[in-house]
Amino acid sequence: MIAFLVKRFGQALVVMFVISLISFSIQDNLGDPLRELLGQSVSEAERQVLRDEMGLNDPFLEQYWRFLKKAVRGDLGNSYFFKRPALEVIMEKFPATMELVLGATLIILFLSIPIGVYCAINPRSWFTKVMMGMSIIGISIPVFLTAIMLIYLFSIALGWLPSFGRGETTMIGFWETGMLTWDGLVHLILPSVALSSIMLPLFIRLIRSEMMEVLEQDYIRFAWAKGLSRKRIWFLHALKNTLLPVITVGGVQIGTMIAYTILTETVFQWPGMGFLFLEAVNRVDTPLIIAYLIVVGVIFVITNTVVDLIYGLVNPTVRLAGGHS
Amino acid sequence: MALLEVRGLEVRFPMRQGELTALRDVSFSLDKGERLGIVGESGAGKSVAAFAILNLISRPGYISNGEIIFEGSDLAKMNARQLRSIRGNRINMIFQDPMMTLNPVLTIGTQMIECLRTHMNMSAGQAREKAIDKLRQVQIPSPEERIDQYPHELSGGMRQRVVIAIALLTDPSVIIADEPTTALDVTIQAEIMELLLALCENSDVALMLITHDLGVVSQVTQRTVVMYAGRVVEEGPTRQIIENARHPYTHGLIAALPERTNPGMRLNQIPGVMPSLAAIPPGCSFHPRCEHAMDVCRSELPDYVMDGGFRVACHWVAHREQQP
Repeated sequence: MIAFLVKRFGQALVVMFVISLISFSIQDNLGDPLRELLGQSVSEAERQVLRDEMGLNDPFLEQYWRFLKKAVRGDLGNSYFFKRPALEVIMEKFPATMELVLGATLIILFLSIPIGVYCAINPRSWFTKVMMGMSIIGISIPVFLTAIMLIYLFSIALGWLPSFGRGETTMIGFWETGMLTWDGLVHLILPSVALSSIMLPLFIRLIRSEMMEVLEQDYIRFAWAKGLSRKRIWFLHALKNTLLPVITVGGVQIGTMIAYTILTETVFQWPGMGFLFLEAVNRVDTPLIIAYLIVVGVIFVITNTVVDLIYGLVNPTVRLAGGHS
Repeated sequence: MALLEVRGLEVRFPMRQGELTALRDVSFSLDKGERLGIVGESGAGKSVAAFAILNLISRPGYISNGEIIFEGSDLAKMNARQLRSIRGNRINMIFQDPMMTLNPVLTIGTQMIECLRTHMNMSAGQAREKAIDKLRQVQIPSPEERIDQYPHELSGGMRQRVVIAIALLTDPSVIIADEPTTALDVTIQAEIMELLLALCENSDVALMLITHDLGVVSQVTQRTVVMYAGRVVEEGPTRQIIENARHPYTHGLIAALPERTNPGMRLNQIPGVMPSLAAIPPGCSFHPRCEHAMDVCRSELPDYVMDGGFRVACHWVAHREQQP
């Protein structure tokens, strides 16, 4: 277990190094940060002086080395726009994004398992056919379109739910949460549904096909021959085996969902990291862009490690070790 | 009266091209404590017959005709709840491959205790005691530790011992063993077979042994049913079947035993292959492979000829007996 974590930490360092290199190298291709930083009236000569001061004219490797030395100490540079440490700006928006991902994950978890299991057990029922048809549609429609349709239906036409922002939030230490107030929770509904709209059909189909395969196995037939109740066979013998591959795929998908938050947050004006990232791209705020990519990279590494730990707990044939995996 | 009696059993599989008949007019019976062998090549319908008894045929297969009388009631007409009280309680099964039979994510103990808790009014503690006791009976060393292990921590032979222990847990009156040693190493096959035989004899359990190995049948069973293409072609006392088989197919099976061949000689195999269910020949389904085939064999399904303890479905045998 400890060997596993040490090995994972080593892997994480390599991954983070690669991410930092890639994200740092794109900064030259985004546009001129000075254009946003200064007004129109500053002369070209003054601009050159400022470029030299900021080290923007140094060779790439020299700039990267300077960046890396600071980054190791947790300093990812100052945001050009906010004039504050980029990491600090990102972390302020971190809770909003995580709560959105959490909301979507809960929706996926509580809907995909029962629906997937039902569709596997009753492959010919009309409900299964409707679900399978809808899931194809769900996977095919892009998130931003789903989001706009949700807003039109529930905010404009019916007027039931708010269409933008986080509503009323409270601070718990550094964590700004919208989950403690009714207003905050109501604001969370539409963005979470929109964010889950791609992953939910995917999970329903995944759980259904895995479960159907498991139900064909000899050990399930043996369980029937033992005269066990249907409930026990479906929800213990079959489901536990079904969830093993689902956990692996699911972990990766939760990481992917963070990427989709960029779209969701933009449509719903959700003040999270994704919204901030898109603004930073428009302002050519490179330190902020780099900080965002690195934070997302860290989240990916952490979720994958946690998924592997859970998989090891559920699957008795896997023992976590430092060896090959 | 027989403990288990199968009468005129017919099983069908609806397919796109039409219904396939996997079992046709299959009848046999099993007395209390008796050991019955069911033999035939792959595809003869042995396993379908075994699963049909507990109504466990894989969908879309179904029992289209016949009765399965067990202790006076017809299993073919029972509802799911009634069947559950028979399955794993009064009639238990042993499957072919112990690597696939046990659930990989549940401990041995969980998979044993659930049987006892489902069928008998037992506390978790009592059930655990009984499970450990059964593991000891199937000669598993240190059962107190083994019970908390997962299947992958046990060898194939050990797993089949666990499966046998599960089959014996509820003191059933019938055990249906579907090729119980085929998937095991040759060296432990005999060991497992002997164990199963001894346990059935001691507890007076009737054993229905499904196998393609006539050698095993001759050592273990008292009576044998020979199946071909979904139909019973011959039935009789095992010893007499081995020594004096009537049906040409049974002859072929016996001649094909490696023991019947001189070292260095080719094995005496039956020419041709078992027909698929979709293309069963008219008349006697064995006639394309039969050296004694006559004209009538190609057109008419042979009826059973009764002869002492024997039952044979063959025109050639009937013809011979009419001409002394």
